[in-house]
Parts: sequence; structure tokens; C-alpha cells
Amino acid sequence: MPFSLAGRDIISIKDFKREEIDEILRLTDAFEPLADRGSDMLKGKIMATLFFEPSTRTKLSFESAMHRLGGEVIGFAGSMGTSVEKGENLADTVRVVENYADVLVVRHPLEGAARLAAEFASVPVINAGSGAEEHPTQALLDLYTIRRELGRIDGLKVALVGDLRYGRTVHSLAYALSLYDIKLYLVSPEILRMRKEVLAGIRGRVDVVETEDLAGILPELDVVYVTRIQKERFADPAEYEEVKGSYRLTSAMLSRLKPTGIVMHPLPRVDEVDYDVDRIPQARYFKQVRYGLLVRMFLLASVLGAI
Amino acid sequence: MREEEGLRIQKIENGTVIDHITAGYALDVLRILNIDGKDGHVVSIAMNVRSGKMGKKDIVKIENRELRQQEVDKIALLAPRATINIIRGYSVAQKTRVKLPEVIRDIIRCDNPVCISNAKEPVEPKFYVVGTSPLLLRCHYCGREMGREEVLKQFSG
Repeated sequence: MPFSLAGRDIISIKDFKREEIDEILRLTDAFEPLADRGSDMLKGKIMATLFFEPSTRTKLSFESAMHRLGGEVIGFAGSMGTSVEKGENLADTVRVVENYADVLVVRHPLEGAARLAAEFASVPVINAGSGAEEHPTQALLDLYTIRRELGRIDGLKVALVGDLRYGRTVHSLAYALSLYDIKLYLVSPEILRMRKEVLAGIRGRVDVVETEDLAGILPELDVVYVTRIQKERFADPAEYEEVKGSYRLTSAMLSRLKPTGIVMHPLPRVDEVDYDVDRIPQARYFKQVRYGLLVRMFLLASVLGAI
Repeated sequence: MREEEGLRIQKIENGTVIDHITAGYALDVLRILNIDGKDGHVVSIAMNVRSGKMGKKDIVKIENRELRQQEVDKIALLAPRATINIIRGYSVAQKTRVKLPEVIRDIIRCDNPVCISNAKEPVEPKFYVVGTSPLLLRCHYCGREMGREEVLKQFSG
């Protein structure tokens, strides 16, 4: 039987086996031409975006993916002016909105929110970010970027740099990468080290090195994945002041990166990647955005049973 | 049971004896069972008594009370080696060892303040038992892992 995600929820990267991720990455290639010329693959289908937390690019990416496949989009962003502001819980919101849509894309500030939404929804739910916990579609698009740009994932040396404590992207990505045969460097200030439950989940499956020294390992790396320090998730502003600007990649610093190495970033960036890095050939973060569109097109088409 | 312990703890006619409780946890066991002695029935506690298998152990005897499964599961969280003896007519009618189920529902809440299961949602907390010694539970919703200390904190309020 061909690989399909029909009717399936996409809540956590942990719900996927390596073979399934490989299939997702392989099948996403076919969506490249559809992104350019459009398609009516999802004509008559409606996607609802339930964004209880601000987002620009993830929401736009899902919306664009749906439009390019001929589907319709409804939804809201932020809880202002919605029933949530009147005190409605997530379970009720989901049970209302599922009547209007064929797939729900949920972003919520609380951890585990997408899993709860999926339990109450009879239509597929896609997690577009749940608190500091998970962002599975970002992890898939990150893997897709690595595979497209370097031709493989196995055998690579990958560094995740910056806020490994609060950045949900790196939690999902570290787990996804641990399904492959890679060497993983976790580069962060002491107080922003990877959460212990994420480490426990990946240790023993891949070779993990925790360090604060990016410059020392840079020449070895195939992938430098930089993240923004998540100011909004710090309980103590003094702690943020202490670590902001810990890692600032410049083109001069990156002259020590292999010509075949790549620089990635989930965006938005603040000051961790200098604008002059945009001009070096190894910069891939805007391509990542394009690849994200393709991965989300595949995911929507697949969970809605169109392929 | 040896004679000197028998002198300290009176036999009960009907009820439950919880034996092989981790030394020092008898009061926590009573607390999670909501037993405070105010209903007038005999409750006997022995703490830090010698045990061949465990070195030291606690024992609790509760008269006129047979435990429900959910109560037995709670005990398993604190005292994974405990045995439950149901006493009828001064003799042991049934003897079972506690066993942690694979999934724990509605006994404890998630330690993560930003977990959706702590919000105003119509769901019961749910945990997977990923380790028993030491105890390790994983929240079904947020994935947060909790050990014995975090669990105990919830019963010592």
C-alpha cells in the first residue's frame, strides 16, 4: 500500500518512525511543481487555522500551502475578540470549528494543547506549535532542507545553536535528527541547555556533544542550525539580558565553515545571524521557508487523503 | 510476622494490612488514602520495623476497610514493593502485591504549570509509567517526565 497519512493527526515528531519520515521527505519532492503552477488537489476542502498565539510565517505558510492546492482557508489568530476571550476552552473551540473544516491547524501557548485538540476533533489536527514543547512540521521542513541541500542526513555533523531550553523547534528537530546516524552538537549558554527530557530521549541513539564553544567545532560542521533566544519565554528578564547575543554569526566567523556546509535558521532572527551572512553561499534560511511550504502542501494533501 | 512486632500491632478482624511499605512512608500512604482516624476504626502504624527483604519497612493496618483498585495504584506510586492483605475473620483472605499499571489516570496532576491538562479543559490527567525503579512517569499531553519526588510533593500538601 502506498504511504499515506490520511486521517492522521500530526502532533509530535515522536509519533513518527524513521521510515515514515523518509517517505514524507521523498514524497514532498513531487509538490515542487505544484507550488509553482498551482493545483486543485484540495478543491472543496477547508482548512481552519486556530492560532491562540501570534505567528506570521507558520500561519502564512499553511495558508499558502492550502491555497496552492486549491483549498479554502478559515481561522483566527490571537484570542482577542474570539469566544476564547469569553472563557471558552480549547476542547469546546475544537468541537465547534471541526464542523466548519476538514483539517485543523492549531497553535497554542500551552504544552500538550495539540494532543488535547486531536482527542476532541474528528477531523485531522496538525500541531503548528504548542508552547515551548513541539513544532513537528518545522522539524520535518528542517530535515527536508538538509536532505535537499546536502543529499542525505545520515553521516552528517549537525550543530543546534542558541536557545535549546525554550526553543520548541530544536526540541522537535533534535528528536527527529536522533532517528538518523549523525553527530549532534548542542551549543548553548549554560542556562539555555537542552531540556533533560529531550536529552534523555535522544541519548544512546546518536552521538551527542554539549558545548558552549561554537568557534571550536565550526570547521567540522555540515549544518549550523541557529535559533533565536526566546525572550518571551524567560520568567526572569535579568536572565535574558545575561544571555542575549551569546552567539552572533558573522560572515567573517563563517569563513571557517566548509564550502559544503549550510547555515539554517527557523526565523524570525533578531541579531544571532548577521545580515552579511545572507550573502555567503552557505546561507539557506530563506530556502528553508520555501521548503516549508512544500512540506506543508504534502502534509495537507496527505492527511486529507488526496494522495 | 515475628512475635515482638505482633505485640506492637494488634491483629484486626476485618480490613486491610499494607505490608512492605518503603520505610518512612506509612504516613504518606495514609494521607493519600485520606485516612485520618476520625471515623473511629482502628488504624495501626509501624514504622522502620526490621524486614528480611527490605532491611526496614513500614506496615499499616486499617480496620473495616478494603481498598479500591485506584487506591492500590496510588500506593504503588509511593511504595512499589508493598503487599496488600485483605483480612476477613482474622485471617488473610487475599494477598496481592501492588503493581503500577502502564497508564495512570486521574490520581496525580502534571507537574508542568503550562501543561494543557492543568487548564480548564474537560480531561483527566494521564501518565505513562516509563520506569518503576526509580519511578518515572510521562505526561500523555505535554510529555513532561515526573519522578518520585514530584509525585510525593502532591501528596504532602
